[in-house]
Amino acid sequence: MIEKAFKGSTGYWVWMLFLLSIMGVGGLCYVQQFNYGLGITGMSRDVTWGVYISQFTFLVGVAAGGLMLVLPYYIHNYKAFGRIVILGEFMAIAAIAMCLMFIIADLGQPMRALNVLLHPTPNSMLFWDMIVLNGYLFLNILCGWVVLQSEYKGIKYPKWIKPFIYLSIPWAISIHTVTAFLYCGLPGRHFWLTAILAPRFLASAFAAGPALLMVIAMILKKTTKFDVGREAQDKLVTIIGYAAMLNFFFLGCEFFVAYYSQIPGHMHTLDYLFWGLGHGDQVYNNLVPFMRASVIMGLAGIALIFVSRAKQSDGLLVISCLLIFIAFWIDKGLGLVLGGFVPSPLEYVTEYVPSVQELGITAAIWATGFFILSILYKVAISVKLEKEA
Amino acid sequence: MYGKGRIIPALILFLGLMTSPIWYKSGEASKMPKPEKPKDYTECVAPTQEMRTSHMVLLNQWRDDILREGGARTGKTPNGTEYVRSLQNGCMKCHSDKKKFCDACHNYTSVKPYCWDCHLQPKEAM
Amino acid sequence: MDSKRRDFLKIAGLTAIAGIAAPSAFNTLLKGEAIASAGQAAAGGHGAAAPTGKRYGMVIDVKKFTENPGLAEQCVSACHTIHNVPDFGNRKDEIKWIWIESYEHTFPTESQYKRPDALKDMPILTLCNHCDNPPCVRACPTKATYKKKDGIVGMDYHRCIGCRFCMAACPYGARSFNWRDPRGKDANGQPFIKAENPKYPTRMRGVVEKCNFCTERLAIGQIPACVEVAAQTKALVFGDMNDPNSEISQVLKTSFTIQRNPAIGTHPSLFYII
Repeated sequence: MIEKAFKGSTGYWVWMLFLLSIMGVGGLCYVQQFNYGLGITGMSRDVTWGVYISQFTFLVGVAAGGLMLVLPYYIHNYKAFGRIVILGEFMAIAAIAMCLMFIIADLGQPMRALNVLLHPTPNSMLFWDMIVLNGYLFLNILCGWVVLQSEYKGIKYPKWIKPFIYLSIPWAISIHTVTAFLYCGLPGRHFWLTAILAPRFLASAFAAGPALLMVIAMILKKTTKFDVGREAQDKLVTIIGYAAMLNFFFLGCEFFVAYYSQIPGHMHTLDYLFWGLGHGDQVYNNLVPFMRASVIMGLAGIALIFVSRAKQSDGLLVISCLLIFIAFWIDKGLGLVLGGFVPSPLEYVTEYVPSVQELGITAAIWATGFFILSILYKVAISVKLEKEA
Repeated sequence: MYGKGRIIPALILFLGLMTSPIWYKSGEASKMPKPEKPKDYTECVAPTQEMRTSHMVLLNQWRDDILREGGARTGKTPNGTEYVRSLQNGCMKCHSDKKKFCDACHNYTSVKPYCWDCHLQPKEAM
Repeated sequence: MDSKRRDFLKIAGLTAIAGIAAPSAFNTLLKGEAIASAGQAAAGGHGAAAPTGKRYGMVIDVKKFTENPGLAEQCVSACHTIHNVPDFGNRKDEIKWIWIESYEHTFPTESQYKRPDALKDMPILTLCNHCDNPPCVRACPTKATYKKKDGIVGMDYHRCIGCRFCMAACPYGARSFNWRDPRGKDANGQPFIKAENPKYPTRMRGVVEKCNFCTERLAIGQIPACVEVAAQTKALVFGDMNDPNSEISQVLKTSFTIQRNPAIGTHPSLFYII
């Protein structure tokens, strides 16, 4: 099957070369970081995690989002997802690969990464995260590939794969739950210390993951003959819309608890993210425009996505999905991780701005993810179109 | 055989390139390293052979025992000489010339331990 | 070039053996190779202490530092010199084991309302709390930081992978990361470590470090460097809190002390007399 990735249109090759060039530039940035140390990034003693870990957190959600396709198709036998479910599984593979790369990029001593296996520590959530992420990567490669290969051969997938598919469903929940537990179990960080962090992560994941998938599906519809089908599209709109609403409900709960209780620690980070936090005679607010834009884009996206279904407009659907995806990328891929460090436990305010090299490495990892995704989708779509022709 | 004219020369070229380090160094025996032992001391914390093969194991044991278990900082050789269980303050007290002792073998075997990224080597040898 | 290749081979090899190593790793796990998780907290208590064994602690008498100007700075400098702590000259890369903080920032959870004026400029020494229930130890994925039997929260710099999870977990900002090579030099060619102490190692780039309660000095019968500097004034009292006859036990029995943010159940081993 893999040979399908080596045959493609000029557009396909230009796209792949474009991704490779970003990967090359980012690779050079990583060489710099490897030689100098993480001081080359914008991170500091007070803000110890930056875009790497925040991208990682967001992408775990994108990976978990695949669940919203696997579950209806395999458990509820929802046939309309027959063509799109493989896209969900393959997107999870690319997303987890990016997660692992972001973690490695963030390590001060990447050569020692396997110490996590050499000295397993069950009381550390990072240890469990390593297990669930690698497990989910394995499950998706296995299930996606075996099912596609069966289709390629024109037979029904073998029975033995079913338990793995069923296992991948709770496993998808676990990856984002454990990732939330990285944050919400730390006693000194008020913003993260909330029991609805894992549910909120899942809600935003089930919106952002399928939203990205929908955008890609629409691009494929334009550029190839591959069409996921109107029914699948409409069903996904429901899933994305409700998951996005749930996320805003959870965000509202956070606001209520902080501002009704009036506990300063609970209010500080929300102040910093949405209004600006005064400290000394300065107001720190570099994330405020982003966070406000995130809320507006998210709410607009929810409204538009239902309009797009009523009007059966693909153009509107792409716009609304992009709005939701970007809104949640800002919410989780910026605000959640960076906000948690402001103020510091000693109530100092240090703002974080990523460095050029840091952004280069981040772009390269995203490019690598899309590179993997493009290969996988190329194979999947070629197989699907060939069988249907 | 299909493509015989290209495959066989390519295979020969490949084999030649792969084995080139052997041809390059053939006939030259590398000199065995002779690490310089300290003159003022006659015995180490363990027999020479054991030290030669397992000094890193020993250092790791010392480290884990002292750092984690609060183990003893000093030990005694079979002959009763007291020593400090420490690379920087123990080993290097006798083996005070890193270049002539550590590096002699490590360079020969192309081993580059990162001990000295943190531990300080004795001043006079630097 | 050479080291890059070695590093690559190392990774390739380790990946290959990871599968083989995993079962044995789990075996050591089941045997409980060094229990990283900290002692269970006493039910409901904010300040309950471990009942048995040694537990080192420190009392910091803040007033004494006001009475002896410069003393706090001397404590910091003694510690940082002995432990080869680099000075990068900027806040971003900063590494510190013990430092001077204001009341407002040391005790943000205490009331700041209508405090005595004198409190404003009081230099308060701040360092690792060596918690009885340390969140950093819970977070570390490799047991590179751990709690010892004597209550000291230690660090093994050889094992640290530099994930900085412990820094996110520490509620007291006591941990520092080596963002760059501590053995390097600044733009003017001045080394970041002014004078190396040949008896103690430095750290390397990419690991986390913090105060170790001078565990290396305690082992040879000395007291921590900062306590030694302040010995004359008794501004710092160090000792075993589980020994009822120790000086620190007497001080804790007779003076009213406070801990930093006790409500979060970390059970710090540092006590402040304000």
